[in-house]
Amino acid sequence: MEQLSYFLAATVRMATPLLIAALGLAIAERAGMMNIGGEGVMLMGAFAAYAATRLLGSYWFGVLFAIVTSVMLITVFAVVTITYKAEQVVVGAAINMLGAGITSVVYRKLFYRAGEGISGMMVESFPSIPIPGLSRIPVLGPMLFDHNVIVYFGFFLVFVLWFIMRHTSLGLKIIACGEHPEAADSLGIHVIRVRYLTTLFSGVLMGISGAYLSIAQTNAFGEDMTGGKGYIALAVVILGKWSPLGILAGSAIFGGANALQMTVQNLGVGLPNNIIMMIPYVVTVLAVLAVSKKRVGAPSAQGVPYEKS
Amino acid sequence: MNVVEMRHISKYFGSFCANKDVSFSLEEGEIHALLGENGAGKSTLMNILYGLYMHNEGTILIRGEEVRMDSPSVAISKGIGMVHQHFMLIPQLTVTENVFLGMKEAGLVLDRRSLQRQVETLNSRYGFNVKPDAYIWQIPVGVQQKVEILKVLMRQARILILDEPTAVLTPDEVVELFDSVKALSREGYSIILITHKMGEVLSYADRVTVMRQGRVVDTVKVADTDEKALARMMVGRDVDLERQITGGDFGAPLLEISNLTVKNDKGLDAVKDVSFTVREGEIVGIAGVDGNGQLELGEAIVGLRPAEAGEILLCGRQVTQASIRTRLDEGLSHIPDDRHKKGLVLQFPIKENLIMGMQRSPKYAKGIFMRRDAIDAHAKELVEEFDVRPADISYTAGGLSGGNQQKVILAREVDRAPNVLLAIQPTRGLDIGATEFVRKKLVEEREKKKAVLLISTDLDEIISLSDRILILYNGSFMGEVQYDTPLEVFSLLMAGRTARDEEVV
Repeated sequence: MEQLSYFLAATVRMATPLLIAALGLAIAERAGMMNIGGEGVMLMGAFAAYAATRLLGSYWFGVLFAIVTSVMLITVFAVVTITYKAEQVVVGAAINMLGAGITSVVYRKLFYRAGEGISGMMVESFPSIPIPGLSRIPVLGPMLFDHNVIVYFGFFLVFVLWFIMRHTSLGLKIIACGEHPEAADSLGIHVIRVRYLTTLFSGVLMGISGAYLSIAQTNAFGEDMTGGKGYIALAVVILGKWSPLGILAGSAIFGGANALQMTVQNLGVGLPNNIIMMIPYVVTVLAVLAVSKKRVGAPSAQGVPYEKS
Repeated sequence: MNVVEMRHISKYFGSFCANKDVSFSLEEGEIHALLGENGAGKSTLMNILYGLYMHNEGTILIRGEEVRMDSPSVAISKGIGMVHQHFMLIPQLTVTENVFLGMKEAGLVLDRRSLQRQVETLNSRYGFNVKPDAYIWQIPVGVQQKVEILKVLMRQARILILDEPTAVLTPDEVVELFDSVKALSREGYSIILITHKMGEVLSYADRVTVMRQGRVVDTVKVADTDEKALARMMVGRDVDLERQITGGDFGAPLLEISNLTVKNDKGLDAVKDVSFTVREGEIVGIAGVDGNGQLELGEAIVGLRPAEAGEILLCGRQVTQASIRTRLDEGLSHIPDDRHKKGLVLQFPIKENLIMGMQRSPKYAKGIFMRRDAIDAHAKELVEEFDVRPADISYTAGGLSGGNQQKVILAREVDRAPNVLLAIQPTRGLDIGATEFVRKKLVEEREKKKAVLLISTDLDEIISLSDRILILYNGSFMGEVQYDTPLEVFSLLMAGRTARDEEVV
C-alpha cells in the first residue's frame, strides 16, 4: 500500500514536466510547427530558474527568468523557421546544442566549484502545498493533492487548453494553420502570427517545465539535467494524439515508467541499476512504435514553412 | 453598374510577367466567365482581386471606389468571396466550423448549436443539402464545394469568384452546381467563373473575357460568339479536338487483366476483381470520377503496386509478379498521372529524361559509362519530332511548361516502341494546344497497331479517343459503353448507379 501510494505520487511528480512541455509543443505543432528543440529550451529554463533563484533568492524569480530565457531562445527558433523558412528539424537540433552548450559554460563559469559538495549548490525550491482535507485521503491524497504549485498548474493547464482547442474560435484558427495554412490565409487568418504566438507560448511552457526540474523537483542544476525529457515530450504529443487530454494520459504513462524505475530501485530488486534506469526510455520507444503505425492526428502541414505568394 | 473594375493590371513574378496591362470589369448580377488556357493568367488576376497577390501596376475599383487589396480580409470586407480550385477546407473540422472559421461573428467561445442553425438557414434558402455537423473528410467533393459556397455566402459576399469549379465534379454535380450559380445571379450576386472549358462558358455565362499569355484578348457577350471563335481566341489558331478515329481493325489481345484486386494505401480494396483486355490497334478508355481506383489500377499494371489477386498478362506473358523492369522489357510504356513526381526527374536535363528507363540499353551505354553522343543525338531527334520548346536538350526538365514536360514524357514512352501504352490522365492540366498534340499522338499509336489503355477522369477525352469505354466506380466496372452512349448514362454509371437502379427509384 505504501509502495503503491509512493508510486502514484511519484508518477504525478515525474509526469508534470513532460505534461507541461508536451502541452506547449502540441499547441505549436497543431499550428504547423515541428520543434525538436524542446530539450535545449527546457535546459535553458532549468538553468535560468536555478541561476535566478540562487542570485535573487526567490523561486518566483526563478520561474520568471526561466520563462524569459526560454522564450528568448525559442524566439531564435521562431524567427529562423517562420520568417526565414529554414528547415525546422535542423534548427531544432541546433537549438538543442545551443541550449546544452550555453547552460554548461555559464553554469561552470558562475557556479561550479570543483571539490565543493553538492550542499553548497542547493537553492530553495517550490514547497509542497497540501490541499487541506483532500490531501489526507489515502493513496489519492498524496497522488493528487500534495504537490507544489507547478504540478497544480499543469493540471489546470490541461483543462484550459482542452477548452481552448475544443470550444473556441482560437482553437479552430490554430488547427487551420496546421492543417491547411493556405485555407487559413484565404480566410484572413494571419498564419505567420498564429505560428509565432503558439511557438512563443510553447517557449513559456517549456521554460516552466525546465524550472520545475531545477527548482521544484530538485533544488539544484546539473549539466544536461533534462536527460532527454524534451524528446520524450515529443513522443508524449504523438501518443496523446495532439489533444490535451490525450497528452495528460500520455505523460502519465511516461511519468509512470519513471516512477516505476524509482520504485523498483527502492524495493531493491536484484537487478543492475543500469537496467532499471532504462525503463522510461524503453517505454518511449515501445509507445511511439505502438502508435507510429497509424499516425493519425498529425497536422498535415506540420514542419512545412508557410510561404505567401 | 460595374461592381468590379480592374484597370491596367500588371503582375510580375521575378522577371516573369503573369498579367500584362489587363483590364476587366464585372457588372452587377452577371455571370462573367474568364476563359483561357493554363498559364494564361486567369488565376493570377483573380488572386490579385482577392488580395492573395499584390499587383505591380494598375488600380482596382469596387463599386466605383478605389481599393488597395493587400490581403484577403480586405477583399472579404468589400464583399468579395472566392471558391478556390483546390478547396480551402480543413478536413479535420466540421462543415459548420469551416464555414465560421476566421469569422468574427463566431465569437471567441463557440456556440455550436446556434452556428449550426445559421448554416441550416442558408442551406434551406439555396437548396444545398449539407449536413452542418459532418466532418469535411466524410463528405464527397461535390458537397465540399457547396460548403465553400456557404462559406462565401455566410461572409455576406455579393461578388463570387469561382476558380475552375467543375474540375472535380461528376456531370450531374456540374448541372447541380450551375443551377445554384444561376439562382444566385438571379438574386443579384455577381459571379466570376474562371474556366478553360468552353462548354461551360457557352451554357452558363452572360459575358466572357478571354485571356492568353497574360493579356486580355477580348471581352464579348456569350450570345455573340461560338465554340470555334472562343477556341481561336484562347489558342491563337484553329484547334480540332473532334473525334478522329473511325472503324477498327483489332488484333490479338496485348494486355489481359483478369480478376485483378489491388489495395490502396489505407489497405482497403481499391480495385475489386476487375477483368478486361486491350487488343492491337485499340484504345480502351477507363472513365470515372477521380478516386475510384484508377490510380491503383494503373500502378498495378506498371508494377508500382502489388496485385492482391488476379492476373496481368502482357503479350500473352504472365507478369503479375514480375518486376517493373521485366514489364518494360516486355514492351510496356507508361505515361504516369503525375508528371512531376513519376514522369520526370525535374533536376535533370531534357536529354537525360528522354533515355530514362533505357539507360542500360547498349544504344546509350557501354558498361557503366553513358554514351553521351548517342544520348544527345537521340534527344535532338525527339525534341525536333515532338516540338519541345525550348528545343534545348540541356534545358532542365523542371523549367519546362506543363505541356512541354508532357511532350518529353510522351516522346520517351512512344520512342521505346511499346506494345502496350498505358496513359493515365495524359492531358491533365494541359491547355488545348498541348492536349490536341498529345491526343493525336495517342491515336497515332493506335494506327501503329499498339494497344493503348487510357485512364482519365476527363470524360470528353475518353469519348473522343476510345474504341471501347469502361466505367470504373468504387473499384469495379459499372459497365462497358460506346462513345455515342448518351451522356446521362455516363453520369449514372459514374455515380455508381445502373439504369435498372434508376427505374426502381
